[in-house]
Amino acid sequence: MSNQSRIRLERVTKRWDATTAVDNISFDVSPGQFVILLGPSGCGKSTTLRMIAGLEEASDGSIYIGERDVTRLPPGDRGLSMVFQSYALFPHLSVADNIVFGLRSRKVPKPEQRERLAKVAELVDLTDYLNRKPSQLSGGQRQRVALARAVISEHPICLMDEPLSNLDARLRSDMRREIKALQSRLNMTVIYVTHDQVEAMSMGDRVILMQHGKIVQDGTPDELYNRPASAFAASFIGSPAMNLLPLVAGEKGAIIEGEPSTPVASLEAAGGHLGVRPEDIELRPPSTYGVPALVVSDEYLGADTIAHVTVGGHTLRVRMSGKHSLAGQPCCLSWASEKAHLFNADGLRRDDLTPSTFSKTLRAVPRPPAVGSFQY
Amino acid sequence: MAEMTSHRRMQLYGALLLLPAAVLLATFAYLPTITTVINSLFLPGFRGAPAEFVGLENYQLLFDDPTFWKVARNNLIYAIGTIPTSIALALGMALFVNGKLRGRGFVRMAYFTPTILPMIAAANIWMFFYAPQIGLFNKLLGALGFSGVNWLGDPSMALGSVIVMSVWKEAGFFMIFYLAALQGIAPELKEASDLEGTSRWSFFWRVTFPLLMPTTLFVLINALINAVRVVDHLFILTKGGPNNATNLLLYYVYENAFSFFDRTTAATITVVILLVLAVVATVKFTILDRRTHYQ
Repeated sequence: MSNQSRIRLERVTKRWDATTAVDNISFDVSPGQFVILLGPSGCGKSTTLRMIAGLEEASDGSIYIGERDVTRLPPGDRGLSMVFQSYALFPHLSVADNIVFGLRSRKVPKPEQRERLAKVAELVDLTDYLNRKPSQLSGGQRQRVALARAVISEHPICLMDEPLSNLDARLRSDMRREIKALQSRLNMTVIYVTHDQVEAMSMGDRVILMQHGKIVQDGTPDELYNRPASAFAASFIGSPAMNLLPLVAGEKGAIIEGEPSTPVASLEAAGGHLGVRPEDIELRPPSTYGVPALVVSDEYLGADTIAHVTVGGHTLRVRMSGKHSLAGQPCCLSWASEKAHLFNADGLRRDDLTPSTFSKTLRAVPRPPAVGSFQY
Repeated sequence: MAEMTSHRRMQLYGALLLLPAAVLLATFAYLPTITTVINSLFLPGFRGAPAEFVGLENYQLLFDDPTFWKVARNNLIYAIGTIPTSIALALGMALFVNGKLRGRGFVRMAYFTPTILPMIAAANIWMFFYAPQIGLFNKLLGALGFSGVNWLGDPSMALGSVIVMSVWKEAGFFMIFYLAALQGIAPELKEASDLEGTSRWSFFWRVTFPLLMPTTLFVLINALINAVRVVDHLFILTKGGPNNATNLLLYYVYENAFSFFDRTTAATITVVILLVLAVVATVKFTILDRRTHYQ
């Protein structure tokens, strides 16, 4: 495929009077990529998408599609299609007329319209519904009509603005796989806006995480999960969210605030935060090695249990597979040093320091496990 | 009395709740309609003699009356002159003030002002516009070097002048309905069609106009009813003259009933008006409804 569906943003900014919705962002999407714009509501991800679509005009910066500067082009000349959160179906038109709406606007000859309609309807499994009105369809079917309308245009680029947020949970996971399959089958370049980290992790080739109109991190889902660039990125990806614990200076190194007995990182880390994912923490019997803690409560979720544990007045979550009843018991927490993340006082990742490893020889008596699920 | 079942009781409650509206409607709409129909079938007796049943003779007389046909023709011209124009104007104004526009609130209010003016006041204002010597229009024409027109006195001009004023008065009212309907159309529809490069013109005819059809239908019925309801501004502007050039059906009814004291003819014309309106409304609702999308 040529470069036609490459999308490039250069220092794009959107301002409304006093507020800056999108602040000087740049990225480059290569053809065939499935890129997720992820972030909490109000972070500027939808505005970014709408600027690429041409529905909002950029206050500053340039947008390129292929080799063309499209910053000031009207939406219809940019060669892209879009799926809206509300689907934006025309309520008075049948499914068939909705799907070919754009082809009629572009004066595609009737026989070709029919041919493409039949093909696309087959692709999204709507052949039996072509004569219905949108109001006679279920949410998932409407979503398919919106997809069909985007696909039939045969534009190499498709923008999607939270397309699944109006569907129920089960349908959503089906549609996730369908959209992903459709994208790779048609080799479309997709920019997909969502606030749902599950969608981001499962669908994206690449995730651009935004906050306050700026890009926080731009990488593969794997990178976002394993090497979050900031405390915000760490807490946004993963469910339950990563535990973030404030670090203060102790006698032998940085300690978790309120828990002076065990240093968890070198002294320079003090003042920042330590982040550990709930699934990376091991719960051990008390007076083995690790950070002493107390289990406050546990939630049984079926496949696993989330234990709520306090350390020095801070609550953190620990995920264990299977069912455990630990509430009220003391314990020790430990984690592999490469699974712990350090963030400085501004919330940015520090790679110059490594978290301490817990010495297994500290308390020499190996004991059989008494509580929890111990995977050593 | 036997114990009432709860179903019966609910039916009674329902009937009682409907009663006030039913009484009001019956007293002020259905009963007068029926008496009017009955009146139109009788000739009143002189000096206390009982009224005489004459069947459709009154209708025969009415249809032989050239003035009635002139008035009916006037009313048709009036309807054709006001309805499409005021609806088109209303839609145009609504589209205009629905867009991004500086001072939008002010323009909306300005468009709506004629509607809140009482008809009598509006007619008085237009009297000054139309007045032959001192009127605004003739002053303007004079300034441009044209000789003035006797807007309301010339039989060939008078009906047109009345139509222009009605359009001015009604368009703002209909605009409000269109504006409300336009605001109910999701902005994503415009965006979705922009992405396909749909022209404004094409978007209007393929999306906006069909989605406004319920409003258009509603406005159309209202405009039609208004077209046969004109009394007040004729009363101020022309009194139906000159030579019945601006006389319209309801004003003719009024004249018959209260100037000529011919209640029978008035009743007969009223029944004819009702029948015509009923037929038109039925046609509209059956034919246009099928082609209209309701959300």
